[in-house]
Amino acid sequence: MRLLRKRSTELPKQFLMKPTHLLWTPALAFWWRDVIRFLRQRNRIIGALATPLVFWMLVGSGFGPSFRNPGALTSAAATGSYLAYFFPGTLVLIMLFTAIFSTISVIEDRREGFLQGALVAPLSPAAIPLGKFLGGTTLAVLQAALFCVLAPLAGLPIGWHQAALLLPALVFVGFAMTGMGFLVAWPMDSTQGFHAIMNIFLMPLWMMSGALFPMPAGTGWLYWAGALNPVSYGVTAIRSSFAATSGTALPAGYLTGLVVTALFAAVMFVISVNLVAKRSKRN
Amino acid sequence: MSESKTHAIVVNDLVKSFGERRALDGISLEVRRGELFCLLGPNGGGKSTLFRILATLSLPDSGTAKIAGHDVVSAAAEVRARLGVVFQSPSLDGKLTILENLRCGGALYGLTGTELESRIAEATKALNLRDRLNDIVETLSGGLQRRAEIAKCLLIRPEVLLLDEPSTGLDPGARLDLWAALEKLRSEHGVTSLCTTHLMEEAARADRVGIVSSGKLVALGTPDELTAAIGGDVISLGVSKETGADQLAKLITSKTGIPATVVEGEVRIEHVEAYALAARLAGEFPKEITSLRIARPTLEDVFIARTGRLFADQDLEPDMNAPVKKKKH
Repeated sequence: MRLLRKRSTELPKQFLMKPTHLLWTPALAFWWRDVIRFLRQRNRIIGALATPLVFWMLVGSGFGPSFRNPGALTSAAATGSYLAYFFPGTLVLIMLFTAIFSTISVIEDRREGFLQGALVAPLSPAAIPLGKFLGGTTLAVLQAALFCVLAPLAGLPIGWHQAALLLPALVFVGFAMTGMGFLVAWPMDSTQGFHAIMNIFLMPLWMMSGALFPMPAGTGWLYWAGALNPVSYGVTAIRSSFAATSGTALPAGYLTGLVVTALFAAVMFVISVNLVAKRSKRN
Repeated sequence: MSESKTHAIVVNDLVKSFGERRALDGISLEVRRGELFCLLGPNGGGKSTLFRILATLSLPDSGTAKIAGHDVVSAAAEVRARLGVVFQSPSLDGKLTILENLRCGGALYGLTGTELESRIAEATKALNLRDRLNDIVETLSGGLQRRAEIAKCLLIRPEVLLLDEPSTGLDPGARLDLWAALEKLRSEHGVTSLCTTHLMEEAARADRVGIVSSGKLVALGTPDELTAAIGGDVISLGVSKETGADQLAKLITSKTGIPATVVEGEVRIEHVEAYALAARLAGEFPKEITSLRIARPTLEDVFIARTGRLFADQDLEPDMNAPVKKKKH
């Protein structure tokens, strides 16, 4: 009881100096909590990994015979098989699902859960988004990396060269996906609302990204839907990673995909921080 | 700033509306340092709105509130650093152990390393949680969970503790434990506690009580002061259908000169010599009176005396056919 007994009106020094700038310690706590929670809920691992796996095998096998890639892929990755084409799209789907599962908890957590306590703590407004983004990204990248083990089954090469390009691509895509999930979840007051947004907004973004079918060139609406869709660039970055060679040149489209995805992730983060900083008037 | 030395919480003319409904209609109150203060009121009366504003979660439309001398709107960070908040719904992570929850909770306030560990040791000792540290929270009883919540708040050594309906879902034994813990915090560490509650028995344990109804503070004082102001004991009369409560109240007032009121179908009289008066009334109105009850005034009577209605959820329409709540004595 020694420390408690000293209490009176004195506060620990760190509070008196910078009460508003607690960022990394709480963010890391959020991150750690997300990872532990995930590992303790086995059904979430299955949901995020098995669903896209089944999707990949069924859709991939079904469309396979009738699929003709108009030539987006070249070199080693251009096996022409739809299972190979769909593989990067499935990786993005895994990350999208993981991000959704890890951010949907925000909705209930804010009203009755751990986040309530965080909202009355002297945190930087960036602390909660940072922790959640890091948590969601970690889980998404881990699961995507696990799925990459299956790449040879799709006829895609996976070695050090590919992994070196894949890792940053997966990290930025994971961050961006978690960001989208967080932005949708934070203002919501029911998980049903989240599902609605997911179906009419998040899934179409994924479908129109070149993940499921090649986006046409030209000037049609489908072309623009792909070109203006930030998810397309993530898919491109991941897809082109598989085309990595031992040479120093980066595969076509990789750098643009990576940079646009990173920018998109940054925008998601900035908007999230602003959203959290607003103390709601309606409460 | 002398006010902030003597007062932990100062609320001044706070107003908050949700659309048409005024949840807070100009509430002012002060909570002294080291006090155990209870905000008593029916659900929907405004106390949770006040709680959320004090906890820096919600913004008032007008008026001010200060905690430890800091404004909850303009100096929220200062307030948060000094404030422990125990929510009605748990703010622990059910999938984590108590220890993991406490570590995360401490991290939210920048506590790490040996400092955090020693505070965890002390807080869990104060609340008798030492041997449950590695239990997963969702497997614990409600009482233990609530104690773990309070332990989490103690890590930051708060000056002020806000508790929203802290005994919700607790069995009587766990409620006693909770109050023992709050009293210990007050007596040993000078922590000021403000609880919201809709339970009379709970409010009666506080140093002072503020009664909130329809967004207004209708009474403020120690439980003894408030009940003493009733002026004697309370007689409640059940009335036969033929007569009707309004009619009987008029009859009684005209015959005895003693004011009688009607609350939810019963006639209610406060009187210093309640037993003698009751005997007299029973003799004079044998047909009209169907039941007679005499009781020491409780905080519920204070509520009825100040608002003219029974203490029930304010969102609900009063049901005239429902049996009137029995008082416990």
